[in-house]
Order: sequence, then structure tokens, then C-alpha cells
Amino acid sequence: MNALVITKAILEQHKLSDDEYKKILEILGREPNWTELGMFSAMWSEHCSYKSSRIHLKKLPTTGPRVVQGPGENAGAVDIGDGLCAVFKMESHNHPSFIEPYQGAATGVGGILRDIFTMGARPIALLNSLRFGGLDNANTRHLLKGVVSGIAGYGNCMGVPTVGGEIVFNDIYALNPLVNVFCLGIAKKDKIFLGKAAGVGNPVIYFGSKTGRDGIHGATMASDSFDEQAAQKRPTVQVGDPFTEKLLLEACLELMAGDCLVGIQDMGAAGLTSSACEMASREGTGVELELADVPRREPGMTPYEIMLSESQERMLMVVKAGREDEVIKICRKWDLDVAVIGRVTDTGKVVLKEHGQVVAEIPAKALADEGPRYDRPSSPPAYQEMLQSLNHDALPDLKDANAALLALLDSPTIASKRWVYEQYDHMVRTNTMVRPGSDAAVLRVKGTNKALALSVDCNGRYCLLNPYEGAKIAIAECARNLACSGAEPIGVTDCLNFGNPQRPEVMWQFVLAIEGLKDACEALNVPIVSGNVSLYNETNDLSIYPTPMIGMVGLIEDADRAVTQWFKESGDAIILLGQTREDLGGTEYLKVVHHREQGSPPLLSLETEKAVQACTIRLIRDGLVQSAHDCSDGGLAVALTECCIAGSAQQLGAVVQLPLDGLRRDALLFGESQSRIVLSVKAELAERVLNTAWDAGVHAARIGTVGGARLVIQVDGDQQAAGCKIDLELTALYDHWGLAIPRALGQD
Amino acid sequence: MKIGVVVFPGSNCDHDCQYIFKDVLGQYVEMIWHKETLLAGLDAVVLPGGFSYGDYLRTGAIARFSPVMGAVKAFAKKGGLVIGICNGFQILLEAGLLPGVMLRNTSLNFICKDVYVKVENAATRFTNRCESGQVLKIPIAHADGNYYTDPITLGGIKANAQVIFRYCTADGKVTPDANPNGSLDNIAGIMNADGNVLGMMPHPERSAEAILGNEDGRLIFQSMLSSFGKPELQSKLIGI
Repeated sequence: MNALVITKAILEQHKLSDDEYKKILEILGREPNWTELGMFSAMWSEHCSYKSSRIHLKKLPTTGPRVVQGPGENAGAVDIGDGLCAVFKMESHNHPSFIEPYQGAATGVGGILRDIFTMGARPIALLNSLRFGGLDNANTRHLLKGVVSGIAGYGNCMGVPTVGGEIVFNDIYALNPLVNVFCLGIAKKDKIFLGKAAGVGNPVIYFGSKTGRDGIHGATMASDSFDEQAAQKRPTVQVGDPFTEKLLLEACLELMAGDCLVGIQDMGAAGLTSSACEMASREGTGVELELADVPRREPGMTPYEIMLSESQERMLMVVKAGREDEVIKICRKWDLDVAVIGRVTDTGKVVLKEHGQVVAEIPAKALADEGPRYDRPSSPPAYQEMLQSLNHDALPDLKDANAALLALLDSPTIASKRWVYEQYDHMVRTNTMVRPGSDAAVLRVKGTNKALALSVDCNGRYCLLNPYEGAKIAIAECARNLACSGAEPIGVTDCLNFGNPQRPEVMWQFVLAIEGLKDACEALNVPIVSGNVSLYNETNDLSIYPTPMIGMVGLIEDADRAVTQWFKESGDAIILLGQTREDLGGTEYLKVVHHREQGSPPLLSLETEKAVQACTIRLIRDGLVQSAHDCSDGGLAVALTECCIAGSAQQLGAVVQLPLDGLRRDALLFGESQSRIVLSVKAELAERVLNTAWDAGVHAARIGTVGGARLVIQVDGDQQAAGCKIDLELTALYDHWGLAIPRALGQD
Repeated sequence: MKIGVVVFPGSNCDHDCQYIFKDVLGQYVEMIWHKETLLAGLDAVVLPGGFSYGDYLRTGAIARFSPVMGAVKAFAKKGGLVIGICNGFQILLEAGLLPGVMLRNTSLNFICKDVYVKVENAATRFTNRCESGQVLKIPIAHADGNYYTDPITLGGIKANAQVIFRYCTADGKVTPDANPNGSLDNIAGIMNADGNVLGMMPHPERSAEAILGNEDGRLIFQSMLSSFGKPELQSKLIGI
């Protein structure tokens, strides 16, 4: 092994550039051996080192009075009062899920759960954001079914409810689906655990599953783009074991209840390599490990394989010297493998031995923190102007509003996701107050009067057409979803999915999107406390739409006040907050009805957005609101439809009258102007609600009344043009919206 | 009342059952590790839902060999009250404390949603606070809830009024459409002949609090308390 000759081919295989290799030579002052080369390759991969994104991520706002832990740890933590913290993060598992959808998605869930309970938090909620190609494609149907059962298989077994999420279907994701998973846990504020190897001489303990030859170089695979040979990368995908993870969770929380634990980190991407060097690097210490003591699944594993294995359900911890026995006892109680494999040192180095003989020796900081950083060139794509151009005059206006609405409800992006979320246990742990299907999931926090609202969101098409506005809207819409349940946003996690950063147009999208996230977070006063970047989302040279996925957490002080999106009572007044403009660019309507994905996405005023959200939260807090629903994909008509039929308890129709205000009829009904919320309120409170809104500087109008078994939307002065009126029975609406996905899957 | 909640490796509704009995109903609850071999001083035992041992084999097939199951059998034999919910029901079947087996749902998928069940026998220690024929809304969450048994056993449990819950429509009609998983005769819950062991697939602990929007499931726990003549205490919610 030591007589290794590093060839160009070997470097290429390890995805290391010539310059990066030169830097390795400088750091070591010699040639690396095979194990060391593998460790650098994994830690300096895009996935682990954030080498293309890090200089830009620094611009994001990450601080605030509630922030207990910002980015850089396993997850972020935000103070929710009562001595408690919400600990949360979102992460991608795109590449593995494309190669092997069930295990790829399952291990994505496993990884994010470990990130949360490693911090000392008990996970109480999972959400996911998924992107697939069109459902007319057989492989997409296979991917969807595999991913959904993988998420279900892992989350259900763990007993952590999957309480919400969103799915968008667009051909651009056909060969590069996105699987982003979000997890939230609750921890005591004074009992947050970090990944640090503190206290020279303290033992380093390995526990969880044994190490096998699976997932070797997963991090490097996840930092590569795909071609026709993608299926051959299946051996880099790990296999999940949720039962062992459940034991790991309970064992961790039991260990954490005591006082013997110094630091802990899970072995995720880059396995033992990353946990060892990151824990040492954070604390400025070193670690020395004896690889012969690492529990292994099979004999004959080399140091290279042991260090780069991404076998799941494994943890590394540092405990107080002398307390080894009680730690081992708890791990054994939960039937987990456990072994003392090393000690914390003061050398600043990760030293690996095999039967006492040194097999690798690398400064921990060099691996974890001193990887390459790139300020990659960026420039707008040549086609950007063409994309943004949209001549409204060339689009025929509505001829049959009923048909257009039904076509939108048939779009799987808009249609009910019931087929998906009924496969997820979304009620275990008995906190779920608002189940999947409303704007945000709401969970009570046991032992308090509070509730947390959770939402994930991003419109990739908006981001393609205008990365800055699209990213801004992702934050604004997520916050709006929370506002619709009555929650104040308190923290954000992001999962930034982009194409190949070595393409200037992809970097251009990335840099602008960061600006958008920054501006929106600052305006709405909500910090980003954790996140993940997934680059190289391209197959056969085609990049995905830029998709900066956002997960947001909101706080409801009085849980009893939380509201849902569906109408509650006949006779209630329907009020629209916010203004409708001629926003057809980038809309689902334009795609479904006119088969175009172009134009400028709706522009968003952060001032208006802030006012609309604050007003909604206040009205809900004052108990004046029966239901609240954000207008997004498919515009006002789709939002009203969902208010009518999305509730599980009952379906209530509505009669709505809209002023045309000089707009095109399609823009009025299906345009996606931002900062709009549909409220229903008791009729006698309508006046008060309208006045409150106007006083807060929010445009508000009563547009109709709840009741009946039909949805009727008439446009003022349009009585002659019968085709421009929406008038449909709720059962017909549900037949499209409720059954579109099972139908597309051949399972209706 | 003193309730024991058994914790198998992989149980995941153990905390939920603890919360209902302790924090909502104000009873004394003891968590019982699956390696225990004695159940002393308990009035009732709960086998909670979850994925015992991961349920990588047939559900409950390994849990029935857990040391605690010998104690549960002895407890039941002496007339102790035992309720198995979801995975707990599956374990009771595997352990032979209740007759029949569970098959995979006919859809082959895990299903999590509210269903309606009809109380077929209200004269039991688990349903005495319900009316006979009453319809309860209680959620299910399982992949293997398709109850099956041979015709003779079925005839026996029906004749003996051991079928306690059947899946039905909101207005109480027992129809094939109301059956979420293909269960034989729409069976959602059964009892042993002695009337002290109940297994049910729906999760009453998930529908026993107003804040979760549904309190129907609470009737089952209240019935258990009533059977001991112990009214439920009004307790403040404490702890997390």
C-alpha cells in the first residue's frame, strides 16, 4: 500500500484535481497512502466540503435572539421558550434515490433523524420535498413508488410521524429526482449535545451497527453528475435498517440523560472519516483510533474500506474517562455493537492504527476545514432573456374556465397528495394537530400550551426564470404557509439543489438565489440555522431547475388558536387579502394550459408580504378566522377549490364574485400573484376583519360566501361570456383533484 | 389504577400509551422492559403499537418470544386485563392469546388514516362506556391489519360475541368499501373468550384528546378504568 504510485487515473477516480492533490502534498509534506487519499477524496468532495458554495453561504443571516445553535453542527436549534428548543435540519438524498429509490430515500430519512437526535433532541416530525419527472413516464412512476415506500418504511418503523411535505412533477427532474428530507426534534435548551472531541485522554467510543463494505465513497458519488451508467453506481448506495436506528435513538437519549457524554456525532457521509476529523477539528484536538477494534461485518476489510464505509446507523462519541462501563452497559441493553476504539489526543491529528501500526496520519483541520474553496465564475445563461420573454398578447384568453380549472386540478403538482401521505404514519407520538394536506403541519408541544407549525416549499420554475425572485418567494411562501396556521416564523433550514457548479450559468443561479434568500430572511426577520447544499444535479449534461428548498418552523403561542385551510361553516364570508395582478409568467396555468414554462415569475414586495402575514397572524390570534389558505400554484381558483374540498371532515362549496379590475380573466383566476391569502370568517365579523386589514395597510376584499355543494366563481360584467364562469359540483372537482395521482399510477 | 406498558425493542407507541394513561387520565403507569419476567401489582397491561424487532419477519413473530410474554400470558391467565393495540394485537395473535393471524393489507401499502368502527359488543371491560352499535372514529396506521382466521374459529368468536369492533361507514354500515385492509368480516378488534384480553388494529390513544380533534378513542380507556370502578382523574398535563 505504501508504495502506491498516484496516477492521473487514480486522482480522477477520487475526483481530486491536480491543484487539490498539490495541496494534499503540501499538507502532508509527503505523498498520501491509499487510505489517506481516500479520506481526502471524501472530505474534500463537494458534498462534505461545500467547496463551491461556502463563500456564498456566508452571506446568509444566521443569527437572532432565538438562535441557540446556528449552521456548522449536525443541526440548528432555536429557542421556543419553556426551556425547550426546536432542533431541525433538511438534507438531500437525490443521487442515491435515483440509483435505488427505496433505499436511497430510506437512508435519507435515517441520516436526517440521526442529525437531530445526535443533538440530544427527540425527533417528533419529518417532512419531505420531492421532485420527479412527469407521471406519464414509467420510470418516474417507479421512482415515486420506491421513494414513497422508502420514506414510509423508515419513518414509520422509527415511530417519527411524517407530517407534511410537497411534491412537484416536471420533466426536468425525470433523470435527476430530488429527495429532500426535513426533521425536527425537541430538546431541553440546557441539554444540547455537540460533535466535539474534547478532553485529552477521553475515550472515543463507536456504537450502532457494524461497519460493512456498503456505501464506500457515497459522498464522492453524491458530488458527481450522472449519465447512462448511473445504475452501475448502485453499490455506493447504503441499505437502511430502521430497527437498529430506533435502538440507536433510544440508546442515545438514555446516554444523554446522564452526564458521561462529552461529544457525539453520527457517521453519515464519509462515515468514520468525517465524524473523527470533524469532532477533533471543532475542538482543536486530535484523535487516535485503532481500526482493529472497529466492529466489522466481515473479515479482511482494509483501513480504506473501514474509513470510507457509509454503513448506516453508526455513531461516534467521546465520553468522560472512567465512565466507559456505564456507556457500554446502556448500548448493550439496546442490543447495539459498542467498542472503545481510541482516545482524544492533543496532536491535532487524526491518527489511524491497525494492530498498533500507523496506517494514516492527517491533521484533522486539514481534512475538515481546510479543504479547497472556489469562487467559481458565474454568468447568466445565453437563453435567460428568451426564457423571460412572454408576450401576453400572443396567448388566447380563457374560453372555458371550467375546463382550465379541471386541467389544473389534474396536474399532479396541484392534485391531492393523499395517495402519498396515507402511506406515512403521520400521527404517531400524538402531537399532530393539523395533518398533511393543509398549508402547514401543526404539532402541539407536550407539556406546554404551544404548537409548532412546519412547512417546506420551493418553486423551481420561478427560480429558473428569476433565481433571485424565486428564492425570495420560496422563503416568503413558506412563511405565508405558517402564517395561514397562525404561526410566527422562528427559523429556517435550507437544502440548495442546483446543477453542476462548474457551469457559470449554474453558479449564476446559485449566487442570485443566495441573494434572494438573504433579502427575504432579513425582511421577514427569520434566521437560517442549518442547511445542506446538493450540487451536480445534472444528467446527460442537463441540469435541474435551480431548487433552493426551504423548510421553515413557526411558533404558535396558543395551540388552540391554530387554523386550517378548509372552509368550516356555511354562511361564512370569504375574504381575499392581497392584490391580484397580471402574473401569468412561470405559472402552473401557463404550463398546463399553454404548455409554456417562461416569462417573469410574479414579483414579490417583501413589505407587502410582511404586512399580509402579520395581519393574518394577528387575526388568527384574535380568534377571528375560521380558515386561511395561501394562493400559490394555480392561483385563486385553485386555492378556493382546495378550501372547498381539501378537508377530510366535510366539503363546503362557495359562491364567489370577482371584480375584473382590467385584468385578463386567466390572470384573475389562475395567475400566481404573491402575498395573497384566502380567509373565511364568520359573516358578522367580516366588517371587522376588513377594517383591521385596511388599518394594517393590507388590501382586503370580501369576495364571496361559503355554502352549497358547488364552487361558483363569477367575474363582474362577465354575465354574457358564460365560458368564463367557473361553476362546478364539488364531487366533480374532487374527482379530478382527489384522484389524479392514483389514476396516473393506475391505482384509482 | 396501575397500568404496565410493555416496551419491546422497536415499540413506538409506548410513550403515547403512557401519555394517555398518565397525563390525560391521571393513572399510575409503569414502563415494562421486554426482558422482565414478572408482572407484579398491575391492574392492566398494554402491548403498544410499533415495529417490534423491526417486524422484518411476520409482524409480532419475534416479539412473542420476548421474556416478558411468558409473564403476560400468566397475567392474562389469572384474569388480568390486557389490551394490544396495532403491533400489540399482532403480538397477541402470534402468542396465541387471541385466535387468528394478520395478513398484509390488500393494497399492499401501509395505510394511515381515520376509519370508523362499530362497537359490536358494549358489554365488555373495554367497551362498557360505549353504546352497542355506536360508531367510533379512530385512526389506523399499519401495513398488516388484514385479519384472517379459519371459518370454524370465525364462527366461534362471532357466536361468542368476541368480535368487538368492525370497520364501518360513518353511519355504521359494515360494508366492503368501509374495510380499509381486506380484514375478514371487517374485523377491527377481537377479545378472548374470558373477556380480559382485547386486540385492536385502530389506535384509540391517537384519538383521545380534544386538541387532536377527536376524543372517541378515550371511551375505550375510560371503559377499562370503569371496569375497575375507578373514575378518571382530571389531571393537568405535566412533563414532556
